[in-house]
Amino acid sequence: MNQWKNFSKGFIKENPVFVLLLGMCPTLGVTSSAINGLGMGLATTFVLLMSNIVVSLIKSLIPDKVRIPSFIVIIASFVTVVQLVMQAYLPSLYQSLGLFIPLIVVNCIVLGRAEAFASKNNLLTSAVDGLGIGLGFTFALVLLGGIRELLGSGKLFDITIYSENYVTLLFVLAPGAFIVLGYLIAIINRIKKD
Amino acid sequence: MAKRESTFINMVVTLFAVTFIAAAALGFVHDLTKDAIELAKMKAENEAIEKVLPAFEELGESWKVPVGETGDSLEIFPAYQGDEMVGIAVKTFTNNGFSGYISIMAGFDTSGKIYGYEVLEHEETPGLGSKMNEWFRNTEKPNQNVIGKNPEDFRFEVTKDGGDIDAITASTITSRAFIDALVRAFEAYKGNVNAISGATE
Amino acid sequence: MNYLVIIIGAILVNNIVLMQFLGICPFLGVSKRLSTAIGMTGAVAFVMVLATIVTYLIQTFILDAFGLAYLQTIAFILVIASLVQLVEIILKKVSPALYQALGIFLPLITTNCAILGVAILTIQKEFNLVEGVIFAVSHAIGFGLALMIFAGIREHLDLQDVPKGLKGTPIALISAGILAMAFMGFSGLV
Repeated sequence: MNQWKNFSKGFIKENPVFVLLLGMCPTLGVTSSAINGLGMGLATTFVLLMSNIVVSLIKSLIPDKVRIPSFIVIIASFVTVVQLVMQAYLPSLYQSLGLFIPLIVVNCIVLGRAEAFASKNNLLTSAVDGLGIGLGFTFALVLLGGIRELLGSGKLFDITIYSENYVTLLFVLAPGAFIVLGYLIAIINRIKKD
Repeated sequence: MAKRESTFINMVVTLFAVTFIAAAALGFVHDLTKDAIELAKMKAENEAIEKVLPAFEELGESWKVPVGETGDSLEIFPAYQGDEMVGIAVKTFTNNGFSGYISIMAGFDTSGKIYGYEVLEHEETPGLGSKMNEWFRNTEKPNQNVIGKNPEDFRFEVTKDGGDIDAITASTITSRAFIDALVRAFEAYKGNVNAISGATE
Repeated sequence: MNYLVIIIGAILVNNIVLMQFLGICPFLGVSKRLSTAIGMTGAVAFVMVLATIVTYLIQTFILDAFGLAYLQTIAFILVIASLVQLVEIILKKVSPALYQALGIFLPLITTNCAILGVAILTIQKEFNLVEGVIFAVSHAIGFGLALMIFAGIREHLDLQDVPKGLKGTPIALISAGILAMAFMGFSGLV
C-alpha cells in the first residue's frame, strides 16, 4: 500500500469531518476557537494512532464476537491516558475542552477506523492511517475553529486581528457552529467535484 | 493468522484479559500523573490567591466552612505577612450560573472590603457571561465595580433586583450567580475573620 | 436543586443536541424520516436513563469508594455498550420491524455522545440518584424533541428547491443552526 496516499487521504479525499461526516459532536462542540480545535484534534489523533496500533497488533487474538467491546476498552484506556496527562500538564486546555475529552471514546471516527481498518491491516498501514485521519480531523477542527473565532471574536489563536466592535457573536455560539460547518461542507464538496 | 474462535470461554477470557491489562496500565499512568495533577491544581489555586489579596508572605492552613442552608462549604485561606493577617481568600462557587457551576476566588482585606476576585471555572456564554471576570472590576464604572467595597456597606445585588450593582448587559443570570458566589464568600469571611485574627494574637 | 429547573433546563435551555452538541450523529443520520426518529428516540431514552442509573451506582459504590475515579471512562462506556446489546436483543424479539428500520443505527447508540455525556454530567453536577434520573429523562425528551422537529423540517426540505451545492448535509446543518438560534431564545426561562 502506498503509505503516502494512505496518509494524505485523511486531509481531503477521506476527511473524516467533511467527507465521511463522522465525529460531528466534538467538531461542533470545541471549535469556538482555533486553539481548542487544535488541542482536541491532537488529542484525538493520539488516541487514533495508539488504538489503531494496538488493535492491529492484537487483532488475531480477539474472537470476532467480542471485538467491538474489546476495541472500546482499548480506546477508552488511551482516552483516559489523555485525560490524565492533560490534567497534569495542560490544565487550562483540559478545562476549555471539558466534557469532550472523555467523549473522544465515542467519537465514531476512532471506533470506525479500528473496526474498518486496523482490524484488517498490518501495523504500519494501520498506524499511518490513524495518523493521517487524525491529522485530517485536526485540520478540519482548526479550520472550523479558526473561522468561528475570527468572525465571532476578532481573534485568531488568541491574537486580536480586528476590533471586538465588528464581531458577530453568533459564530462562537451554537448556531454558528452548525452554519459554518454546513457551508464548509458545501465548499469542500464543490472542490472535490472539480 | 486466523482469528480465535468465538467460543464462550474465549470471549470471556479475552474481554477479561483486555480489561484487566487496560485497568492495570491505567493504574500505572494514574500513579505517574497523580502528583503532577495535584501540583497543577494547587498552582492554579495559589496563583489565584495571589491575585486577589494584598502582598503576603505565607498562607495559613486552609479549611472549609459551611455557608447558607444548602449544605455547601467553602474553603478559606488566611494570608499572613509576618505575624499579621493581611487578608482572607475564599474559594467560592455557585451553581446558579447560566450554564451551571461557576467557581471564583474572592479576596477580602482585614476591613472586610473586597480586595480582588478571579473567576476560576465557568461555562458561561462566551462574549456575554464570560465577561464577568473583567466587568465587575471596571474602575471606570463605579456602578459595576465591586473592588474596594465592603459588602455590608451597599446593596450587593443587581439593580434589577433593587441592588446597587449593574449587571452585565444581556447576562443578568450570570451576574446574579456571580454576586451570589461573592455574597457566600463574604459570609464565610465574616464568620471567621475574628476567629483567625484572634488566634494569631 | 429545583426539579423544575432541571427539567426545563435540560429540555429547552441547554438542549442536549442544539446547545450542547451531543448526539449529533444520530441527529443528522436518523432525522430523515419522522417514524425512524421516534423509534430512535425511544431506544436512546431507554438506554440513557438506565445508563445514568447504573453508572451513578457504579461511580458511587465502586469507583469513588475505592479511589478508582480514573477508571470512569472505561467503566461507563462498558455499561453503555452492554445496555445497547441488551436493547438490541429485546428489540429483535419484541419489534423486529423497528429493529430493521433502525438498522445500523442501533449499535451506534453506543457511540451516541449524548448518553455518555449525560452520564458524566450527572456525576459532575453532583446530582443525587433522583435528580440524576430526572436529568436523564429530561435530556432524553430534549433529544427527542430536537430530533422530531428536525425530522419534520427535513421532510419538507426534501421537497424544496435547494441550490445544488447545499443539498443534503449542508442545508441540514444550516437548518439545524437556525433551529439552534430559536432554542437560544429559551435562555431567559431559567
